[in-house]
Amino acid sequence: MKPPIFEYALPSTVAEAVSLLASRNGNAKVISGGQSLMPMLAFRLATPELLVDLKHLKDLGAIRIGEDGVRLGARVRWCDIEGDARLAVSHPLLAEAIKHVAHYQIRNRGTVGGSVAHADPSAEMPGIAMTCDAQMKIVGSAGTRIEAAADFFTGPLQTSLEPDEILTEVHLPAWPAARRWAFLEFARRKGDFAMAGVALYYDLDSGNRITDAHIGAIGVADRPIRLTEAEAVLNGNQMSDKLIAAASAKARQSIDPPSDIHAPGAYRAALVATLLGRGLKKSAA
Amino acid sequence: MQIEFNLNGQAVSADVEPRTTLADCIRNDFGQTGTHLACEHGVCGACTVLVNGEAVRSCLLLAVQVQNDKVVTIEGLSGDELTPLQAAFRKHHALQCGFCTPGFITTAHALLSHEPDADEDRIRDVLSGNLCRCSGYVPIVEAVLEARSSYRDSGSK
Repeated sequence: MKPPIFEYALPSTVAEAVSLLASRNGNAKVISGGQSLMPMLAFRLATPELLVDLKHLKDLGAIRIGEDGVRLGARVRWCDIEGDARLAVSHPLLAEAIKHVAHYQIRNRGTVGGSVAHADPSAEMPGIAMTCDAQMKIVGSAGTRIEAAADFFTGPLQTSLEPDEILTEVHLPAWPAARRWAFLEFARRKGDFAMAGVALYYDLDSGNRITDAHIGAIGVADRPIRLTEAEAVLNGNQMSDKLIAAASAKARQSIDPPSDIHAPGAYRAALVATLLGRGLKKSAA
Repeated sequence: MQIEFNLNGQAVSADVEPRTTLADCIRNDFGQTGTHLACEHGVCGACTVLVNGEAVRSCLLLAVQVQNDKVVTIEGLSGDELTPLQAAFRKHHALQCGFCTPGFITTAHALLSHEPDADEDRIRDVLSGNLCRCSGYVPIVEAVLEARSSYRDSGSK
């Protein structure tokens, strides 16, 4: 028995869940799969008075795919994404990245909304949201708002969510069929948090020149980030070994990862350069 | 809080604090201590049980979250005889101290029930969430590979 004492509520609507959150002035937390929150409770890094379980909000468990992209309900689990064959076409970058999330048992419980709201700087889903300019749908006492991923992640395990708000959906914009992409991460044991990871995509114009390059990195800052300087190196140019080397070098210079017990910052920066180089080669193959 | 669920084929109920993990509930309220607890924060996999047929970590789940669900632990997987999966573990010496074994068996059972044709890479990927400190990984993988045929024969999905 490690978690602190708390109460538990099972609302049947989002509105009811919001009012439960609002009633505790910041001392209530949302739980669904619990795969990030339960360890936080076990370590007593989180000590809420009340847990609001989204278990009965079935609507939040849907993966909706349309012309405007992929909409992941907050309660969509990693195993749901793994098992949805449509995503290999509708969002191959998402499908590939999610293969790296945690281990088998955790993939059966862990959710999109939980991971994004937890905002671990090394986690894959926040990295994909950031890389792909995802739009977050957020419901609170004041109503519904949509926020860009770039504004949503505000620091280590920190987001713009207010205490009475629930993230209900992550919307990834439409994915053109011809888009080039790659996702690579490095962890000592597969399924563990990555020391660093890179997600990237770009389109090619009629002259085979790179346009709209997006490069995201995880595990190298206090939140998932875009490597905009490396993107600028790519845009407008044709892919070549020289260009890959230049983009990788720029990526390495443009970040200053923290050092911790897992790896020194300089090692993580080198990892990003290597992963980006490999990813760009892979995307062009 | 009063909860009701199905534990190893029996309808059970208990009065638990909301903070009680499913693992603690199974062990303390129902005395079924085959589910082992080590890290209690989702790293080691020793406490793996099946909830509605899916392998999950019972330390990362509150007992109140399995209301009306079907929970199967290591105790629920066999009667008096060893199952083919358990027999394969014995044959291949896939355990030494045995502490991690219930978690490996429940995890492998879930995998082979859903994917009886899982290849070695898939088995290794799935078992990567379970720690063994007697260095038994190679024989564990061999045991699971051998047990696949019994899941194909039984026609289980």
